Amino acid sequence: MTNISSLASLSNITRSEGDPKVLRSGPSSRGVPDSLAKGLGWFSLGLGLTELLAPRSITRALGMEGKEALVRVYGAREIGSGILSLSVDKNLGLWSRVAGDGLDIATVLTAFRPDNPKRGNVAVALALLIGITAVDLIDAQASTARHSRAAGRKRSYRDRSGFPRGVQASRGAARDFKTPPDLRHAPPLASVSKRTSAA
Amino acid sequence: MRALVWHGKEDIRCDTVSDPEIEDGRDAIIKVTSCAICGSDLHLFHNFIPAMLPGDVMGHETMGEVVETGRGLNGKVKKGDRVVVPFTIVCGECDQCKRGYFSVCQRSNRKKHLADKVFGHTTAGLFGYTHLTGGYPGGQAEYLRVPFADTTVQKVPEGIPDEKLLFLSDIFPTGWQAAVQADIEPTDTVAIWGCGPVGQMTIRSAVLLGAEQVIAIDCLPERLEMAEAGGAITINFETENVVERLNELTGGEGPEKCIDCIGMESHVSPAMPDTIYDRAKQIVLAESDRPHVLREMIYVCRPGGLISIPGVYGGLADKIPMGAAMNKGLTFRMGQTHVQRWTGDLLRRIEEEQIDPSFVITHEVPLDRGPEMYRVFRDKQDSCIKVVLKP
Repeated sequence: MTNISSLASLSNITRSEGDPKVLRSGPSSRGVPDSLAKGLGWFSLGLGLTELLAPRSITRALGMEGKEALVRVYGAREIGSGILSLSVDKNLGLWSRVAGDGLDIATVLTAFRPDNPKRGNVAVALALLIGITAVDLIDAQASTARHSRAAGRKRSYRDRSGFPRGVQASRGAARDFKTPPDLRHAPPLASVSKRTSAA
Repeated sequence: MRALVWHGKEDIRCDTVSDPEIEDGRDAIIKVTSCAICGSDLHLFHNFIPAMLPGDVMGHETMGEVVETGRGLNGKVKKGDRVVVPFTIVCGECDQCKRGYFSVCQRSNRKKHLADKVFGHTTAGLFGYTHLTGGYPGGQAEYLRVPFADTTVQKVPEGIPDEKLLFLSDIFPTGWQAAVQADIEPTDTVAIWGCGPVGQMTIRSAVLLGAEQVIAIDCLPERLEMAEAGGAITINFETENVVERLNELTGGEGPEKCIDCIGMESHVSPAMPDTIYDRAKQIVLAESDRPHVLREMIYVCRPGGLISIPGVYGGLADKIPMGAAMNKGLTFRMGQTHVQRWTGDLLRRIEEEQIDPSFVITHEVPLDRGPEMYRVFRDKQDSCIKVVLKP
């Protein structure tokens, strides 16, 4: 049985002595949008954890006391976006961040009132949110374009049979092959019927 | 030398690394003339297979020329020999090798203790793969050290282009074994999930072995087109209901033989809710594999039928309908390919022009474009199905 606890023991693996060592590193398969997505993913995790664990300090700074539960929900959402942005489904993570930015802006805007003594903090928060939204939007678009299946040519493989003599002539061409005894399966119905009728 | 090196998730680089050296008497050094990117390399690219380390050289589909040999080879492999290097490293002497079960060679995994812990017992050493299978440097490089060279490599003749021979290293024998272990009979309908490179080779193998009907399932038009060119009836799972269509094509009985050429990374789509469930669990590390195809095969396979699994699974899969599998009396056959068991016979079939495996190549580029091609292949851009790299 594959044992999950035994996977922990894989943390102390090392490369072998004689294996090739990297002398000079070349360009990565990971592009700028991918690296930025990774950074934004970690940022999401950090922000999400802060929102989950210290919502009061956020609501107090913005004059939004009483909204701690909402901040916690947003924290959970942020962590979800972070995990997705760090995964191979990074486009989904980045677009969920853009959607989340919209929610954040709409929510913080409600605190941008003349009677809010923390109006200055709210203005700074809004400016930061607009800035990060722009970064998220640019990266989401760039990453989507970079990984789109639509990129490149559409080619036809109609002539790629792989059979130099054509498909029809190749059907059963390897019938000379004898399946090894260890790989035999139940006899086909046709041969069983033949045997039965012969008997 | 230059080599494609794993640095982390989705981070492959063409690095300059130190040259390999003979470490054991049965080693040989190969100057690589052609190598390829395999679908299972993408599992490593995504970091879904555990125990990769930054600095590991990728690649397990390789061929080239022997340029240096160890003293223990006793002339069985000589300088100048042209060889294909199967991805499985085999000692040729253990009980499993003697039975022809080369992919579970008991001696070639130099990190046997890791495999023993995770799998219960060790399997063979593999090139350019996880440290669970030895962490041997791979062949997407200018040079490759081949351990147990006398029993591992397949010598090939001059005069046949690399492109026709290279896939003896993996995908052709893998597709062949997938079909052979299904024990195809002339009355069989064989359904094959996945029309990537292994799926394409499986389709050709099933046709050569004389299946009455070969059905190929995928969603990418260019792959379905290539499958059709090879003699398969195709099902596009994004526009057709796979189970209904398979039943329709088999008079309601279901296919006798079902072959999974997808493995652990099934396509994720809202039309297949279980794939979303699997992906969510995978993201939070509660499951390593997405076994949608396995579930579908068990459901649609004819009772008493057989399920063949060449697709790679990495660890833990959830919600496998074992009740259906047990009650229908299905036979399961799976495993990494016993490449050396088939290469001699398949080489003959290439020489006799029964098949030309080069049909699957869609991109041929220099080695230093490898990192970019990992992305193009993964994102299925530019109608990419198979990438060959030239060091």
